[in-house]
Amino acid sequence: MKRSQKEIEDSARKVGRRSLIMGGAMLATGAVLAARMRYLQVERASDFRLLAEENRINIQLLSPARGLIYDRYGRLVAANEQNYRVVMVRENADDVDEVLERLSRLVNLDMGAMARARDEMMSRAPFVPVTIADRLSWEEFSSVAVNAPSLPGITPEVGLSRVYPLGQDFAHITGYVGPVSDYYLQSSGDTDPVLQIPDFQVGRYAAEAQLEQDLRGEAGTRRVEVNAAGRIMRELDRDPATPGDDVQLTVDAGLQNFAQARMAGESASAVVMEVETGEIIAMASSPSFDPNLFVRGISVADYNTLTEDPYRPLASKPVQGTYPPGSTFKMMTALAGLEMGLIDPEELINCIGYIELGTRRFHCWKRSGHGRMDMNNGLAQSCDVYYYELSQRVGIDAIAAMSRRFGLGEHHELPLSAVSEGLIPTRDWKRANRGADWVVGDTLNATIGQGFVLASPLQLAIMTSRLATGRMIRPSLVRTVNGVSARMDDGGDLGLDPANLEIVRRGMWSVNNAPRGTAYRMRSEAEGFEIAGKSGTSQVRSITMAERATGVLGDDELPWNRRDHALFVAYAPADNPRYAVSVVVEHGGSGSGVAAPIARDILLRAHFGEMPPLSAYPVNQRRGIEEMQDQLDLRSFETPEETGRVQT
Amino acid sequence: MSFLEYTQKSTPSGLHKVLYLNWALIVLIVTVSCIGFLMLYSVAGGSMRPWVTPQLQRFVLGFAVLLVVAFIPIWFWRNMSGLAYGVSVLLLLLVEVMGSIGMGAQRWIDLGFMRLQPSELTKITLVMLLAAYYDWLDPRKSSRPLFVLIPVVLILVPTYLTLRQPDLGTAILLLVGGASVMFLAGVHWAYFAAVIGAGVGLVTAVFYSRGTPWQLLEDYQYRRIDTFLDPTTDPLGAGYNITQSQIALGSGGWTGRGFMQGTQSSLNFLPEKHTDFIFTTLAEEFGFVGAITLLGLYALILLFCVITGLKTKDRYASLVTLGIAVTFFLYFAINMAMVMGLAPVVGVPLPLVSYGGSAMLVLLVAFGLVQSAHIHRPR
Repeated sequence: MKRSQKEIEDSARKVGRRSLIMGGAMLATGAVLAARMRYLQVERASDFRLLAEENRINIQLLSPARGLIYDRYGRLVAANEQNYRVVMVRENADDVDEVLERLSRLVNLDMGAMARARDEMMSRAPFVPVTIADRLSWEEFSSVAVNAPSLPGITPEVGLSRVYPLGQDFAHITGYVGPVSDYYLQSSGDTDPVLQIPDFQVGRYAAEAQLEQDLRGEAGTRRVEVNAAGRIMRELDRDPATPGDDVQLTVDAGLQNFAQARMAGESASAVVMEVETGEIIAMASSPSFDPNLFVRGISVADYNTLTEDPYRPLASKPVQGTYPPGSTFKMMTALAGLEMGLIDPEELINCIGYIELGTRRFHCWKRSGHGRMDMNNGLAQSCDVYYYELSQRVGIDAIAAMSRRFGLGEHHELPLSAVSEGLIPTRDWKRANRGADWVVGDTLNATIGQGFVLASPLQLAIMTSRLATGRMIRPSLVRTVNGVSARMDDGGDLGLDPANLEIVRRGMWSVNNAPRGTAYRMRSEAEGFEIAGKSGTSQVRSITMAERATGVLGDDELPWNRRDHALFVAYAPADNPRYAVSVVVEHGGSGSGVAAPIARDILLRAHFGEMPPLSAYPVNQRRGIEEMQDQLDLRSFETPEETGRVQT
Repeated sequence: MSFLEYTQKSTPSGLHKVLYLNWALIVLIVTVSCIGFLMLYSVAGGSMRPWVTPQLQRFVLGFAVLLVVAFIPIWFWRNMSGLAYGVSVLLLLLVEVMGSIGMGAQRWIDLGFMRLQPSELTKITLVMLLAAYYDWLDPRKSSRPLFVLIPVVLILVPTYLTLRQPDLGTAILLLVGGASVMFLAGVHWAYFAAVIGAGVGLVTAVFYSRGTPWQLLEDYQYRRIDTFLDPTTDPLGAGYNITQSQIALGSGGWTGRGFMQGTQSSLNFLPEKHTDFIFTTLAEEFGFVGAITLLGLYALILLFCVITGLKTKDRYASLVTLGIAVTFFLYFAINMAMVMGLAPVVGVPLPLVSYGGSAMLVLLVAFGLVQSAHIHRPR
C-alpha cells in the first residue's frame, strides 16, 4: 500500500504527540517511584533498620550452672551433668508431624512422649521451644545435629541437669530440683528471667529449695543472628551466665551413708551433731528415695510406690517427724527440779511399781517396782515413779520452761523443708487447744515424755548437745556458701548450775555404763570413748483398763503401727563430749534394745571415721556385731576419707 | 522511487551494520544486566551457583540473538509479526492443554536448555502484531469501531489465556501494553476514556455495593480483594512478603549496607529474593543511591528507545519500538511499585535483573528489534 508523504508525516506527528503524553505518564510514574524510594530509604530508614535488626537478632538467655553441693570433706553430693536434648519450635516446622516422624527415626521416641510433646507445643505460646527428647546418647545427639537441615524447627541443645551421685543418702538433705511449674511461678513471686529458659530447674525440696537463691546463679545473655527459619547463623556477642554459689554441707557423706545403711529396713531416723559447733554431721531418714527420679520427672507408678509405702520414704523424719520422746525427756524434769532446789539428788523415792492419783494408777514401766531410788538410779534405770513424784513438786510450767531452754518445742532454722516445732504443752496451750484445764495427770504423763509432748529427732539431738555442753548450741547444716563460712555462733551459756548439769550427765553415763543402767549392754568399750545416753520407749496407744484386766499384750504381738517407738539419745565421749546423737525407730519396740545399738554404732563410726573395730564392743557381743557389719550395704567413696576428726 | 525503496538503498548493509548499532543502548543493557549478575551473586550468598551461571549463559545467547535480530531489516520482522503472534498464542494454548490433560499446571515448555514461557514471548509478539496492524491500517480508519474491535480481540485472546494460568502480572502487561500501542497509533481518546470510565465505574460499584443487599460479590471474594490490596492485614501470610521486602528496602538507608551485607536476603527473610523481589536486595545493599541509579538507567534505556521510535519515519518501526518501550516501562514500574508496597503483588520480574531465562531472552529480542529499527531507519 502506498501512502503519500503527507500522510506518513501526519501519522508520525500523531505518534509523536501521543508519545509525549505517554512519556509524561511514565515520567510521573517514575517520579512517584523515586519519591517512594526516598520515603522508604531515607525518611523511614531508621525504623526499617530497627525492624531488620529485630528480624535477625534474637536475644537468648544463657542458663547459669547451678551451684554444686559438697559434703564436709568435699565429696560431691549434688552435681551437674551434661544433658543432650532436642527442642522444637512449632512455628519453624512446616509440618510438625512429618518432622517428628523423621526425628523418631533418629532417636528413640516412644509414642507417649511424642504425643505429649505435640500437645505441649500446641498449647504453649508461639515460638516457645518445647523439649521433645532429652538425655540422649552422644550418638543420637550427633545424628540429629547432622540431619538438622531436614528437621526444620528442631534444635539440638546441650543443657545441664542436676544429678545426685550419692542417690538416696542425701535425698532428705539436698532434696531435689524440678521443672518450673506454673504453680511455682504464681506462688513464689519469683520473677527471675532465668525461669523462662526451657527446662530450667529450680529447687523443689529441702536444701535445693531453701538455698535456691545461693545455688541458682544469674542468667547470661547472648545475641545471635537467626535466619528466617529461626536457625541460629552465628553468635554476635555473649554475656556469660554467673554460676550459682557452691555450698558445702556440714554432713559427712561417709557417716551419712553408714547411718542410712545401719537403719535399712526400719522406719527410723538419726541425727548426729558435733556438740561444740552444732554442725549436723549426719541426718539419716530411713527408708529414703532416689532424688534423681524427681529430676527426670518421676513416673506415676514410682510415685505411687513411694506414697503408699507405710514407712513413708518421702517424709524427712529427722525434722518432720515428731514423737512422744518417752523417757529421753526425763532429764528436763530432773534439771528443773535441781535448778529449783526442789529435790536433793541423794533423796530416795520408793517405787512400788505405780503411784495412785485420786482413783487413777500411774504405772512404772517396771511392774514390780524399782524400790528406793536416788536421782542417779532414777535416770539410769528410768524409774517412772521417781519422776511422777518429782514432777508433782516441779509442776508443768517449770518443766516446759526448761524444755524450751533445751530447744524442745522451738523452731530451729535449717535449710530444710517443713521443719517441725514439736510440742511442749503448757496450761495455756491445753486450754486453748483442748478446751480443758490442766490436771496433775497431764503433768505425770508429760514428765515421762508421753501425753501431749512431741519432739523431733533433730530437737532431741539439740537437747543432747546442750546437755553435753551446757551451752545453747544451734544446729547448722551449711558450712560454707561460695567459700564463705556460714557458721553460726551458739546462743551462749544456758545459765544452769554446772553441778546440776553434772548430776544429770552422771545419770546419763550410768544408763550406759552402770551395770543396772537400761542400756548397759549398749556400752562402748572403745578407749576413751564412753557413751552417756538415755533410752526412751514411747507408747503410741493408751492401755485401757479392759486390756489391763485381760492381760496386756506384749509389744511384739501388736500390729506394727501400734507398737512402741524406740528412742535413744546419747553423747560421747562422756568425759569430753564431741558427738551427740538421737535415734528414733518408729514402732521399733524398746529404746534400749533397738535404738541404743544403732546410736552406739553411729557414734563409734563417727569416732573412728571408718567401720568401728570389734574391740570397741563388749566381748560377748562381738560375734553379732561382726555379722551386722558384714551385712551393711555401704557405698565406697573414691576420694579417701579423712578420719573422723572434724576440722574447724 | 518510493519512500521505502529509497530507504532500503540508503541503509547500511553487511558488517557495516555493527557501526550503526545504537551503542549507548547496548552499553546500558549490558550495564543493567551486570547489575543483575551482581545481585544474583549476592543473593546466592556469594556464589555463582545456582543463579549467576545459567543467567550469564542465557544472556550471552540472548545477546547473540539480539545482534542477529538487529542485523535483519525491520521490514522482515514486520512481515513476521503475524506468524510470531500466531506461534506464541498457539504455545499459550499448548501449555493450557498440557495443564488440563494432567501434567499439572505449568507455564512453560521445556526446551532442554531452558524453560520457555510463552506468556513472556507474547509480550513482544503482541506489540509486533499490533504495530504491523496499524502499519497496514489506513490511519484515518483507525478509530472506526470495527478496526478498534480487531486489535481489542487480538489483545484479549492472549490476555485471557495468561489470566487462566494464572499469571496476573503478564495479563496486566499484555492489556496495558497492547492498549498503549493502540493509543500511540492514534485510536480516538474517547475509547480509552470510555473503557477507563467503565472500569472505574465497575470498581466503584463493586466497592460501594459491599454490605448492601445488592452487593456484587460474595463476602469471601471481598476479603480476598482486601488482602490483595492491603497485604499488611495478613502479616504472616500474603503480607509477610511485602512487609519483609519493605524492611529490606528501608533498612538500606542512603548508601546501603554494602555488597553482600544485606541481612534480610542472606538470612532468607526475603521471599523470591532472586526473582521478583531482587530489587529489595539491591536497595538493601546499595541503598537509595543504588536504587535511584537503577531507576535512572532504566529511564535512559527508555529514553533511547523512545528517541529511536520517534526518529524513524517507518510507522511499524516507530510503533514497535515505542510499544517495546512501554512494555519495558511496565515491567520495572510494576515490579518496583509492587516491592515498595505501592501496588499489589502480581508477579512481574525486574527486567534484565531478575533471574529467569524467558524474560531475559524476550527482552533481548525486543531490544534487537529496537536496534534493527535504529539501523534500518530511513535516512
